[in-house]
Parts: sequence; C-alpha cells; structure tokens
Amino acid sequence: MADATFRIWRGDKSGGGYKDYTTQTSEGMVVLDAVHQIQAESAPDLAVRWNCKAGKCGSCSAEINGMPRLMCMTRLNTLDLSQAVTVQPMKTFPKIRDLVTDVSWNYKVKTKIARFAPRKPDAADGTWRMNQADVDRPQEFRKCIECYLCQNVCHVLRDHQMFDDFIGPRFLVYAANMEMNPIDSGDRLGALKDQFGIGLCNITKCCTKVCPEEIKITDNAIIPLKERVVDEYFDPVRKLFKMFTGK
Amino acid sequence: MSSIDVPIRDGGFGKTSRRDTWWLQPLLTFIGLGCFLLYANWAAFQGEHYHWGPYLSPMYSPELWGPSPHAIFGPKPDWWPSFLPFSAALLVLWAPGLFRVTCYYYRGAYYKAFWADPPNCAVGEPRSSYWGERSFPLILQNVHRYFLYFAVIFLFFLAHDAWKALWWPDGFGIGVGTLVLTLNVILLGGYALGCHSMRHIVGGCRDVLSGSPARRKAYDGVSCLNRKHMVWAWCSLLWVAFSDVYVRLCSMGVWHDWRIV
Repeated sequence: MADATFRIWRGDKSGGGYKDYTTQTSEGMVVLDAVHQIQAESAPDLAVRWNCKAGKCGSCSAEINGMPRLMCMTRLNTLDLSQAVTVQPMKTFPKIRDLVTDVSWNYKVKTKIARFAPRKPDAADGTWRMNQADVDRPQEFRKCIECYLCQNVCHVLRDHQMFDDFIGPRFLVYAANMEMNPIDSGDRLGALKDQFGIGLCNITKCCTKVCPEEIKITDNAIIPLKERVVDEYFDPVRKLFKMFTGK
Repeated sequence: MSSIDVPIRDGGFGKTSRRDTWWLQPLLTFIGLGCFLLYANWAAFQGEHYHWGPYLSPMYSPELWGPSPHAIFGPKPDWWPSFLPFSAALLVLWAPGLFRVTCYYYRGAYYKAFWADPPNCAVGEPRSSYWGERSFPLILQNVHRYFLYFAVIFLFFLAHDAWKALWWPDGFGIGVGTLVLTLNVILLGGYALGCHSMRHIVGGCRDVLSGSPARRKAYDGVSCLNRKHMVWAWCSLLWVAFSDVYVRLCSMGVWHDWRIV
C-alpha cells in the first residue's frame, strides 16, 4: 500500500484543530497502527488512549471520517485513502488532549443505577439454578466493552447534551442486563421512566449501528425496557389484568 | 446525576465529518413514506373502484358499510353526516395507519426523515430543544400495543378476503389478484406478528421462559420475524399500495385480471 494522509485533531479543552500527517501504510494495518506510526515518526506528543489492540478493551474509541468507531478495529483497506482520513476524539465528551476524552461522567452514571439484587437462593447448596435459555438474553448485554461509542453517537447526549436527564444506551443495556436476569429481584422501571429518561430515546438505532460488539442495543435492550415501562405505567388494561391475576 | 463539562459544541444542521452518502437513507424514507401517504389518502377518499369480482382492496377491508357486496352491515348508514364525504376506507384505515405510525421501526425512520431528529447518525440537528417521547404528544406512542391488537384482528379479515378471492361465480379459481391478496396477508402477517410489542407480549415480558415451552417457541418465532422487521415493514407497506392499485385498475378496466386456474 502507498502513503496515506491522516487528518488528526490536535488540541485540548481550550480548543484545537486538525493537522495532517502522511505515513506509509502496509497490508493489514488498522487506524490505530497508523496513529502509532505517526507518533513514532513525526508526532511523539500525540495523545491517544489504547490498550488491547483487539477490540476488547474499549479504549481507542474515536471518530473516523465522522463515524464513531474503534481505531483498532478499523482496517485501512475499508477506507478511501485517496483523500485524508479524519481522526477526531469523541464529540460528546469533554476533550482532554488530542484523541483522548474524559468519559468519567459514565462512571458516575453507573453508580446511580440500582445494583444486581439476587433473590434468595432456591437450591439446597445455597445457590441458584438457571436455564441457559433464560440467560441467553442478558448474556448478549455482557458482551459490552464499555467503549462508549453508543453514548457518543446518541443524539440525546451528543446534540442535546441532556446529561442530567438521560443515562444513554450503554446504561440502558446495563439496566436491561439486570432487569431480564432470572434471579434479579430489583425493580428499576420507575427510575428508568423518571430519572434515567428512557422516554428520551427516540429509537433511531444509531447506538446499535456503532456497537463494535454488535449488541442489538435498540431491539434487544431499549425497546424491551420501554415495553416493560409501558406495562407498569401506560397500559391500564395490563394494570387491571395484573391486579386480578397478580402476574 | 452530575453534569458534564462540554467545552465545544460544534453542531449545526447537517454538520458532520461523515463522507458517506448519509443523506440517502432518510431521503429514500421521506420519498417512500411521503408517496405512500399521498396515495393512501387519495385512495381512501375515492370511495369507488375498490372491489372487482371476488377481490376487495385491503385499504377498504373490512368493509363495514358500503355499496359493494363485501359490505358487512350493508350500504352507507343513514346516520352518516351529510356534510362528510363517505368512503368505506375512512371507517377502517385509521387502525392500520396508527399501527404503523406508532411502530418502533417507523418511529425511528420518520423522526430522521421528516423531523431530522437527527437527520442521520452523527449528523447535526436543526433544533436545540428536544422532548423525546416522554412528554405530549409523543408520549402517546406508548399506545402502540393497542393498535397491534387491532392489526391482528384485521389480519383475520384480510385472510378472509384472500379466501373469498378463491371463489368465483363459476366456483373455485385462482386469478393473479388472488395471489396479490394472499401475498398481502403473508407480508402483513410477517410485519404485525414480528412487531416489538408482540415480542414483548408473547414472552419478552417474562424473565423466565424455560418453564413454558409454548411461550418460548412463540417468543423465538416472533424474534425471528422481528430481526427483519424493517424489511417486513417496507414490503408490506408497498404491497398494500400495490394491492389497491391492482384491484382499482381491474375495476376500472385498465388491467385485465389473468385467471390462472
């Protein structure tokens, strides 16, 4: 492969801009390889967060040609290298330096969600028995690597910056993981409706589109949670049924 | 929750670093849904050419009152206000219409295409204010499951119409229109039965399904349809319109229905 130009955002909280770097590319390279090569050749002060280079740590989230992606999972042969490839930090979160953003808001949000609350053990050995078929659903959500690309692309956070009203797709997945767990006894539906703003999601599926773990965030987590909230707060017939049958 | 310090807000309508044709998908959705809305409204107000032979247009089914032999309760009722135009479609079309309007797939699609909220993923929006679906009027989207109940009832009527399309004055027969109406029921069935609310009702509302094999099978079946919900939604929408066009043009004598059997 030939030389390619990377237009990388340089700057910090106070501002910044794009700077072009040209480097030689070779077969099998990903964007993170190119960024590391640029660091080695011409920009030793370029800040980039990374760890596993295998799409499992969720550290190297960025926006490549405008789309939120993991740098380590974006192969150069999937990009048009005839023009400069733009690499910028996640737009939704405060910039620290260059490609590194401050995602600590997410950690704070997580502490607000009621933790996993297992019911009393029902097996003689003091544990629980679960059927694999019943844990298939929550297990999909456990694939999440917390790269926060879904939080970054969600327009409620990205464009409307409703950080006080909405927890974002990542934490709706986190809540769904516990809500659908067969041994969890917690109830998060009231909080999802009032504090966590599930009604703010308007199902544009952008979170699903950018998820590197291919979790069906909207179809398998958010919409089922919305339906459970409807059961509890917006469906009078269901409410009556529940009142009489207890189910 | 604690606030976040966001120092740079470089949004703006259509602003994006994306290089792909991000505008194409919402544009096609706008054209597709816009054309269907225009046609459905036009067809609903016609009040004629909606039946031919054993065929009844799905936009007029079930025909509660009307001039055709398919009408369940006979001709136009006397109590119908004289200042209102009468069409059998106006009595029924609201139910499947609102089922689609409140459908989870269509919601995401038309918020993008008609309201640019957002125009597409990682593309700037035209407005800074946002209410989402937690306040009026969009909080009403939560009634989707009620329209699902209507849609399922309508499926029975449409299946009955397809069955009736097999019976001609000279006995059993299959015309191209029979196949058109049958395919219409199949596509609408794939769409309605694969709906997210249906998925919730048949099993998604439970954390444990392993103890109910029938419920589990139903949930898996609906989930299977749900994975292609967008495809079912578009195919069924276009086929409803085509079914109406087919019956209409046969009734007007423009098209000749080819009798296969």
